[in-house]
Amino acid sequence: MKYLGLAFSNRLFWPVVMLVALLAVNVIAVPGFLAITVNSEGHLFGSTIDIVRNGAPTLIIAVGMTLVIATRGIDLSVGSICAISGAVACSIILGSPNPDDPGVVGVAVLAALGLSLLLGVWNGFLVAVLGIQPIIATLILMTAGRGIAMLITEGNILTVESAPFKFLGSGFLVGIPVATIIGAVTIGFAALLTRRTALGLLIESVGINPEASRQAGVRARGLLFTVYAFCAVLAAIAGLILTSNQTAADANNTGLFIELDAILAVVIGGTSLNGGRYSLAGTLVGALIIQTLVTTVYTVGIPPIATMVFKAAVVTAVCLLQSPTTAAAIGRWRRRSPAPQPVAKVAVSR
Amino acid sequence: MPDSLSAAAQLPSVAPVVEMNDISITFPGVKALDAVDFRMFPGEVHSLMGENGAGKSTLIKALTGVYSVDSGVIRLGGEQVTFAGPAQAQAAGISTVYQEVNLLGNLTVAENVMLGREPRRFGGIDWRAMRRRAAEILEGLSLDVDPNSLLNSHSLAVQQLVAIARAIDIKAKVLILDEPTSSLDLEEVAELFRVIRSLKESGVAILFVSHFLDQVYEISDRLTVLRNGQLVGEYLTPELLRIDLVQAMIGKELATLDDLENRVHSGDREVAPTEGAKPYLVASGIARKGAIAPVDLVIGAGEVVGLAGLLGSGRTEVARLIGGVDRTDAGQLEVSGHPIKLRTPRQAIKHHIAYSSENRRAEGIVDELSVRDNVILALQADRGWFRPIPRKRQDELAASYIEALNIKTPDADTPVRNLSGGNQQKVLLARWLAIAPRLLILDEPTRGIDVGAKAEIQKLVYSLAENGMSVLFISAELEEVLRLSNRIVVLRDRQKVADLLNDGLGVDDLLALIAEGATEPEPVTGAAS
Repeated sequence: MKYLGLAFSNRLFWPVVMLVALLAVNVIAVPGFLAITVNSEGHLFGSTIDIVRNGAPTLIIAVGMTLVIATRGIDLSVGSICAISGAVACSIILGSPNPDDPGVVGVAVLAALGLSLLLGVWNGFLVAVLGIQPIIATLILMTAGRGIAMLITEGNILTVESAPFKFLGSGFLVGIPVATIIGAVTIGFAALLTRRTALGLLIESVGINPEASRQAGVRARGLLFTVYAFCAVLAAIAGLILTSNQTAADANNTGLFIELDAILAVVIGGTSLNGGRYSLAGTLVGALIIQTLVTTVYTVGIPPIATMVFKAAVVTAVCLLQSPTTAAAIGRWRRRSPAPQPVAKVAVSR
Repeated sequence: MPDSLSAAAQLPSVAPVVEMNDISITFPGVKALDAVDFRMFPGEVHSLMGENGAGKSTLIKALTGVYSVDSGVIRLGGEQVTFAGPAQAQAAGISTVYQEVNLLGNLTVAENVMLGREPRRFGGIDWRAMRRRAAEILEGLSLDVDPNSLLNSHSLAVQQLVAIARAIDIKAKVLILDEPTSSLDLEEVAELFRVIRSLKESGVAILFVSHFLDQVYEISDRLTVLRNGQLVGEYLTPELLRIDLVQAMIGKELATLDDLENRVHSGDREVAPTEGAKPYLVASGIARKGAIAPVDLVIGAGEVVGLAGLLGSGRTEVARLIGGVDRTDAGQLEVSGHPIKLRTPRQAIKHHIAYSSENRRAEGIVDELSVRDNVILALQADRGWFRPIPRKRQDELAASYIEALNIKTPDADTPVRNLSGGNQQKVLLARWLAIAPRLLILDEPTRGIDVGAKAEIQKLVYSLAENGMSVLFISAELEEVLRLSNRIVVLRDRQKVADLLNDGLGVDDLLALIAEGATEPEPVTGAAS
């Protein structure tokens, strides 16, 4: 009972339960769901491998989004930045006489990341210097970004035939999908960057109480620039993976609505939209849940017209399980005694 | 100490309106109330006294239906009641006005008074009847407030009175005022007391909770003292000496306080440090439009300078300018003879000046972070994010301040929001001490905290100054300012009116200076009326 209590109080508890439940549904529908095989080229194959590969772009963006949300912000422009970074990379590769040259692809990738860094700094400028509310500030680039991508691609869908570029999205390294490796490195890097330095503490402090942080000498402005720039670069990486996977840059559709999936992953992972304490592990679980959901739709055979409704139902269930009211109700049920109702507590908890 | 039941003999003819017998409430791990008896008579002001954590707010919440009791009986007007929620308690005639005004600032005064009980007409709100009714209620309290004005356009004090107007319109038999005066100045308190007295005459039983002993003694007829969830006793206010009250509340000898008093006043401390001591900070003509007129201020090394004045006199404003929280419009600041410019608190910290805000919750602690994180925050911010304080050092820092300041917390990982107000204040102090400031600005460090913690913080200020730290000390309690300061600067109406050595000064002298032109000292809360 004691361990159960600990598990209940851990904020990763319900997301993990949800993920396990989704996987269980898949196993029941397709008994060999968890099986992982090695094909003739030595690559790992299986449904779970698909989940960790296809979920990588959402995960990568969600990592950046987690830090932005921790500062009480939000970044709606990540989907557009995906499109811009894909467009920049593809147009450079197409413009080169030798698209299979790794050097050309390297330049294309660096140019995409560099431009996105600038766009992130722009977001940071609007939020930190001009004091525009993050949702509005990033809405600007969300809207304008697809237009910029359109200008870069001159309105065309840029299809690229480049082996090194294709490697990013659909290649394998020691049997593991490259996208998965990039995702793992990203979240590992973010965890080290924020938890091994004081960055995480200062981000949380600013997110919880900006004025107290200012008076304690925390430079919120620099922190905001950092998180928005970091988030934009991660969005660019995700955009490159998506574009590489499709072997084409589509200004209108690359990364469309991915900002919503990323925000959802963060929230399912237990980081509050009010800012403050964040959990990268939670975001990982959240991103996996979202990708597993997509897979479940196919394995269970839900008709495509019902997909969105199914997704919404699962998300609603997760959110309900995490709400403070539910937590209080479960607490009462577990104590099974008419203990004092923490009415006031529920009202103040965020 | 007088017999705690003597009050019963004084009021034999009236039946109590509230009777709570043998009330117990247990929270996980804590017995918040242990077989407590409590009663209130109609037409009396009753003070509920106790340190933080004594069970005051639990008792109030039991009475207002927020908590249900584990055992015990609540009677209202002689009939046993059980409230399933605050709404039921309110319907039964128990109204509560909380410390933070729970009203809507963007609505008019009339709308706030009548919120949720708007008179209806043809399925809509009868606005005219609503304004008329609100005006009647306000007039009944002799409040000169336009019912059509926006609530936000009034001072906090008026908002508080509007909250009371709202509470009485619910035909309250019992009115609970939880720390109603904590953000009011003296005149506003006097106005509030006038309203309380007139309500009392109309037979309402008023429960008054306050940390200000002066106010408790001025307004209340009887006292109930709680300690650690248990009833200490019920007393008639005039029969209980202050010293006995404080002792009943903290349950230990006042050795700390007395000892402190003796040490400061027995002359073992230099009272005139300006001679000999080099000035650490010199402010000449610092000002900020709409906040404070040009002020000169000198703080010597190892000197405690007290800032005295009413709320809004400019005492906090001066402190914020020196702490870099607000920018100056004019004037110069010098630290150790070098001119400095302060644009941000960060720059002040670089010059070893720390400002501890009066607004502990909004501008001080970071409530979701742990005690450890709160303690190291300023130090870490100063080092920059790239040079984290090693975990081992963080633990040492947290542990040493938890011990040195006697911070009551289960461990350093506990979120600060779970601590009591006094302990949160100590965590905030620890944060500033961790950066080893040369000048520490303490703005109301003892507001809203219990007597024991207060004494500890006073003692700390004293020993810091002994070790050479300069302190700018602000408190609404003049006794406290007098007890701790070497020199006292008095502010009035955003101007400096006096700069005195604390040599034989008394509360009366300060009051005379604060209350302009007053030739004889007035009682603390009697400035108006």
